Amino acid sequence: MNEPDCNPNQETFVINLGPQHPATHGVLRVKLTMDGEYIVHAEPVLGYIHRMHEKMGENRTWAQFLPNTARLDYLGALSYNHGYVQVVERAAGIEVPERAEYIRVITVELNRIASHLLWYGAFVLDLGGFTPLLYAFDDREHVLDLLESVTGARLTFCYFRFGGVYNDIDEPFITGTRAFIKRLRSRLPDYHNLVTKNIIMIKRLKEVGPISAEMCRRYGATGPVLRGSGVCYDVRKNEPYSVYPELDFDIPVYSECDSMARYMVRMDEIDQCLRIIEQALDKLPDGPVMAEKAPKIIKPPVGDYYGAVEAARGTFGIRVVSDGTNTPYRMKLRSPTFSNLSLFGEASRGMLLADALALMGSLDLVIPEIDR
Amino acid sequence: MSMLCETLKEDFLALAPLALVDTDYKAKGYQLDITVAPAQVVEAATIMNRRGYTLEAVTGVDWLASAGPKPAKKAAPAEGEEEPVEAPGAPVAEQMEVVYDYTNTGQELCRVVVRCRIPRANPELPTVSGVFSGANWHERETHDFFGIRFLGHPDLSPLLLPEDADFHPLLKDFRV
Amino acid sequence: MMELLEMEPLRLLIFLGGLIAFAALNAAYLVWLERKVAAHIQCRIGPKEVGPFGLLQPLVDGIKLMSKQLLVPNGVDPYLFKVAPLLVLVPAVMSFVVIPFGENLAARNIDLGLLMIFAFASVNVLGLLLGGWGSGNKYAVISAARAVSQNVAYEIPMLITVISLVMVTHTMNLNEIVKQQEGMFWNWYIFRLTASPLMPVAFLIFFICSLAETNRAPFDLGEAESELIAGYHTEYSGMGFGVFFMGEYANMVIGASLATVLFLGGWQSPFGIGSGWWWFLLKVYALIFCVMWVRWTYPRTTLWGLLNLSWKVLIPISLFNLLLTGATIKVVSYLFGA
Repeated sequence: MNEPDCNPNQETFVINLGPQHPATHGVLRVKLTMDGEYIVHAEPVLGYIHRMHEKMGENRTWAQFLPNTARLDYLGALSYNHGYVQVVERAAGIEVPERAEYIRVITVELNRIASHLLWYGAFVLDLGGFTPLLYAFDDREHVLDLLESVTGARLTFCYFRFGGVYNDIDEPFITGTRAFIKRLRSRLPDYHNLVTKNIIMIKRLKEVGPISAEMCRRYGATGPVLRGSGVCYDVRKNEPYSVYPELDFDIPVYSECDSMARYMVRMDEIDQCLRIIEQALDKLPDGPVMAEKAPKIIKPPVGDYYGAVEAARGTFGIRVVSDGTNTPYRMKLRSPTFSNLSLFGEASRGMLLADALALMGSLDLVIPEIDR
Repeated sequence: MSMLCETLKEDFLALAPLALVDTDYKAKGYQLDITVAPAQVVEAATIMNRRGYTLEAVTGVDWLASAGPKPAKKAAPAEGEEEPVEAPGAPVAEQMEVVYDYTNTGQELCRVVVRCRIPRANPELPTVSGVFSGANWHERETHDFFGIRFLGHPDLSPLLLPEDADFHPLLKDFRV
Repeated sequence: MMELLEMEPLRLLIFLGGLIAFAALNAAYLVWLERKVAAHIQCRIGPKEVGPFGLLQPLVDGIKLMSKQLLVPNGVDPYLFKVAPLLVLVPAVMSFVVIPFGENLAARNIDLGLLMIFAFASVNVLGLLLGGWGSGNKYAVISAARAVSQNVAYEIPMLITVISLVMVTHTMNLNEIVKQQEGMFWNWYIFRLTASPLMPVAFLIFFICSLAETNRAPFDLGEAESELIAGYHTEYSGMGFGVFFMGEYANMVIGASLATVLFLGGWQSPFGIGSGWWWFLLKVYALIFCVMWVRWTYPRTTLWGLLNLSWKVLIPISLFNLLLTGATIKVVSYLFGA
């Protein structure tokens, strides 16, 4: 990066990026201390959409908290559903039927595609390209239609239950999903031709916003940010859960550490998601979608439990402490973008404003998930 | 139990923690449960840092006597069902617990939970943000929610709560 | 009728009214066109509710903008703030004075028409600077600084390119330049490889520069919404914003008209017969369509990328083109005798 040549008087000015700003995609505020177009210091200011989900968790029963999990990361809500039901099932010792697990994986991966597509559109929008956003939304609409037909919701899903899912998938969903896989496979080359190979895009992303693996580790960054730094870490592989071990898929890793690497990781992940869904549909077993012995009222044994899943943006960890009653004693939600954003201050130092916004876009922020 | 966990156990035994429990990953979601004294958290973080771990989250648990587990069930809330209840680090009333979730991004899986208990009346312990930069925000958040003071932390101003917040909503005696 | 046009004051009035109407109508309907083009590029339909094909949409938008309150925020410099939009629009309208729409269809047929357009085009940046500075908004100030450095950087290759063209045409009279391109389309200056082998490149440089000069994507750094919200017109509302907007589109028309006149034969028909203003408008709107096409396809460059492109690529190439044009003229005149 070009460092500011000289500014002997240290004349800087502060600009407020947000809480309402086109680039922050929500109510994030970043206090930028600028030296001309260079960022001297960037301090994210959080909390504009803080709703205290953790306290809510302590005040309602285990099952009542389910809808809350969809309101953290509203773009990849099913992963959060999954993380929560998984840790409660672990605590209460509930066995989930295999078909339900497959359905969970199919819907979660569809949701991941929807999330990555939206990110793709929003990211290119951050860089000033408006058109890809609408192409991505067009495809995302198909995913949402599919998910709506089985979950009943388009955004804030509450589809999983302790011990399974509440609604079995039907034939139209399966054929629709297969058609969608075909459609998206034919569209992805267009995406690459339009954006990935665009000279302006390459100039803006290559070697911009380097985040080293070491920096990721110090800040606890996970997900595509970490995989864009050359670390092959994905909860689905490293800490296998659900039926992921039975499916064959790769973890895209790029070691360039720049914004382009993070971009490529997500684009390749869409491809892998399609592979996972395809296999899961092929292997989908018959059977019930709810555990028959799942208790109506959950009272997990005393103790604390931890569960992690790979959400669209990184590791979503959830720690629950049970005191043996029907309400959680403590519920800690560890959201991936909270950690991913915390490195922004260090990573953006000395960058140009435009590059810093490319970096911020490549972190894929969802503010309600950061603020919880 | 993986090699990594064994190495970590040795490291921690050298630190002389208050308790070190192997847990069943399937049942709990982590492999090592270590309880340390407040003075040892930084050292614990240093060990984890040396072993290439990353800090996933820092959080607190408020063990208020009246809100704690019902005495009819168990004398004190324990780590898990099959573990000895009276482990030296087991939570007792009027204490705060600070929990550090560590994980490594390598191939070998060994999730480590480091706990530290501090008196509820004077919740103070050293910060680990010097070791893990990411702890900065997690500790600020914990300070927001529980009022736990992390000594040596660069900036404990409210992160998620309003900037003039003088309450700590996750305390069990905080009424909504 | 012709006698009436001979009367100077009346002629002035007619052309003034005509040009302002042309500029305003163009601004209004180019917005409509832009929305339609964008929509179809993006697999949408675009405006369709107001009137057939949404043709009355610009009218409604105009009424909306005019009926809105002109907000002058606290802390702005009221004079600069109010004068800035006019400084963008008026030079653009003034430039139309010398544009030859047809053989006899120009408000003024003056010998230094080309020079006049560039003189007015330089005032445009003053408007952006004052608007950004007078707003008292940090984003607007950054944007103003960007607009100035961008305009300075791109005026140079543009002028060098134009100079090399003027060396060929021997005149700055726009009507004269168009007349030199009479006949079939290979007589257009863009294809006049005997004048300079780099003519198509010169046209490309001119086109890129006019994109940058008019702050159009991918060089719309002044109003990069993901960085600077709306740039220099962040604080403007109602017609203040509307005038900026009209100025932008009027500038676009000027840029396209100039490219048409200098390189694409102006009102000349490509086949030698049937020349007239319709060809001029056709070429201008085809160029404007290209401008929109570019905007809805490419992401935005950065300020650094933009300045690098100008100083490291466009200026050297246009200087080389200047040299080559001079050499070609010398060689041709030596070989074939003047």
